[in-house]
Amino acid sequence: MVEAQYRFRDDEPVADPAVTVDSFGEQSNAAAVRLEPGDDARDLLPYLDRLRLVEVNFPSFGDGRGYSSARILREAGYEGELRAVGAVFVDQLSHLRRCGFDSFAPEVALDPVDAENAFNRWPDVYQATTDGRTPIWARRHPGGNRG
Amino acid sequence: MYQYDHYDQAMVDTRVEEFRDQTRRRIEGTLAEENFRPLRLQNGLYLQLHAYMLRVAVPYGTLSSRQMRMLGDIADKYDRGYGHFTTRQNIQYNWIKLEDAPDILADLASVEMHAIQTSGNCIRNISSDQYAGAAADEIVDPRPYAELLRQWSSFHPEFLHLPRKFKIAVIASDTDRAAMKLHDIGIQLVRNDKGEIGAAFYVGGGMGRTPMIAPLINPFVPIDQLITYSEACLRVYNRYGRRDNKYKARIKILVHELGKDEYTRQVEAEFAHLLSQGLEPPLAELERIKAHFVDPPFEEGLPDDLDLGDPDFALWVKSNTVAHRRPGYVVANVSLKPVGGIPGDASADQIRLMADLARDYSFDELRVTHAQNIVFPHVRKADLYTLWQKLDAADLATANLDSIGDIIACPGLDYCSLANARSIPVAQKISERFAARDRLETLGELKLKISGCINACGHHHAGHIGILGVDRKGVENYQLLLGGCEGADTSLGQITGPGFSEDGIVDAVEKATDVYLAQRQDGERFLDTYRRVGMAPFKEALYG
Repeated sequence: MVEAQYRFRDDEPVADPAVTVDSFGEQSNAAAVRLEPGDDARDLLPYLDRLRLVEVNFPSFGDGRGYSSARILREAGYEGELRAVGAVFVDQLSHLRRCGFDSFAPEVALDPVDAENAFNRWPDVYQATTDGRTPIWARRHPGGNRG
Repeated sequence: MYQYDHYDQAMVDTRVEEFRDQTRRRIEGTLAEENFRPLRLQNGLYLQLHAYMLRVAVPYGTLSSRQMRMLGDIADKYDRGYGHFTTRQNIQYNWIKLEDAPDILADLASVEMHAIQTSGNCIRNISSDQYAGAAADEIVDPRPYAELLRQWSSFHPEFLHLPRKFKIAVIASDTDRAAMKLHDIGIQLVRNDKGEIGAAFYVGGGMGRTPMIAPLINPFVPIDQLITYSEACLRVYNRYGRRDNKYKARIKILVHELGKDEYTRQVEAEFAHLLSQGLEPPLAELERIKAHFVDPPFEEGLPDDLDLGDPDFALWVKSNTVAHRRPGYVVANVSLKPVGGIPGDASADQIRLMADLARDYSFDELRVTHAQNIVFPHVRKADLYTLWQKLDAADLATANLDSIGDIIACPGLDYCSLANARSIPVAQKISERFAARDRLETLGELKLKISGCINACGHHHAGHIGILGVDRKGVENYQLLLGGCEGADTSLGQITGPGFSEDGIVDAVEKATDVYLAQRQDGERFLDTYRRVGMAPFKEALYG
């Protein structure tokens, strides 16, 4: 397990080490898994009820597959911890949050002031995701017909 | 025209502050260049050969005169007094200082403009038909749909680190003026037999080193599912597009390797899932945006004739104007291709003059075209002669639209750090070689496009005549292509054979036009003759 620098949850962190997706299915007591960019997040969907921590690894700043993995898990109803690990930098934080990440374990610790600014940067958002924020189009049409 | 509400304004203002903070951290040294690079690129800031280059977004190519004036002022204040209009309907400034960039973005935000996602591996500025809202052949104005997509794609949290850049074009007529099938996603708005508007999705086109024409993957996506379907196309690409080789990372390679049918199957499966996720803005939002694009107050009963007594004016009318859908009005094109000039360049004074003329003669509106020209979309025919005189006095009335003088060229090795060869001097020499008025008229429509490297920013694959600059053992060398076309009958140009020197390529172009003139039948354009007779007679003349 990688220690999170930021965690937006009140429950007790999972102490188990995260296992690979390949080995996760056979280990019926495992509650933590680590997704690499090439893994298919949908392979985890049969196990959502026993999963409590998913670490999504970002091997580099520019590899954006983890953003899709996170949204797929949240869209399927996963409510456990979703942790971004690896090449996680200040300027990704607000987007990672929008995709459903609720904990962050950067390989290089982030400047606290810069990180705080980044988490609180955007007063509004253009898109609907599962993060619970109301998109601008919905603010413009409160109670309006959904497409 | 679309106008920001307080939400849109807050988004661009926030972006300016974010970028100001990022630039500060970069200059202070806490943000490494390696990590700053993708951030500055997503704000349109490239590090080029001599300086930073800033690319400003012109969403779907539409500008108000106030915005155009600001583009001229920025050219004076932060650059060397000119700007360069691009094949993505944007404008670039080539001599920018990093520390000025946040202030430029703030100046842009003050007129509802930005440089968001004009570069980087993200969804780029959405392009469209430059005659939108004026064209006689459109089924609807495509710009409200492009604006809906602009907002959806701006700061999309899932799609800011795609395998590669991603370009979307939206059109609404069968005549394709936006090279739609050469985009990552080309959307054509269509009407079904019930009279409903929907979106035909063409996915996986592109130029670059592996040019491909996008296949149709869905002929009719209902308009109230446009965003959700786009999201599905992007998610499949973000997950499975190649990241091991940047030259194979565009979506065209994914679609090609999976096959159109398998890519489509995956998109449809993702789409079926996403439909339950509530991603789609309500139709009321599309209606709200559409209200910004209502017709300007056109006058009824205007005379529809023009006095063509002045032969210079008559020539310009013939080559640079296009039919408007309303009687008494016309669409006027300003060629930014003066003889021997740099394609797409305009001085700050010229930019401000065009802003004033748009205010006075075109309901305050201008368009940027992918051919690097400017359009006055709604000109009263009664004003056209006055408009032309004022343009002519500022060297903006070159009568060469869609002719061999109307060359598309990338910045090339004069500016660009990717280029292998210069594009601008070749464009200038060809422009001068064919400057004589009767030659232009004799050759008729002949689209010539020059790229200074295989990235194909100058669209050489889509030129009736294309020129590709390469580096051959340290010497600039130019390959000739024939038969490309970007319209509804999109085709990719074929290389004629061995390349030519800088002067040799100008001679080669002339030989190709000689073959055309000798072979053409009644009414044929260069492209038509090439398609009929094939490559052989051209090869014979060039290499025989």
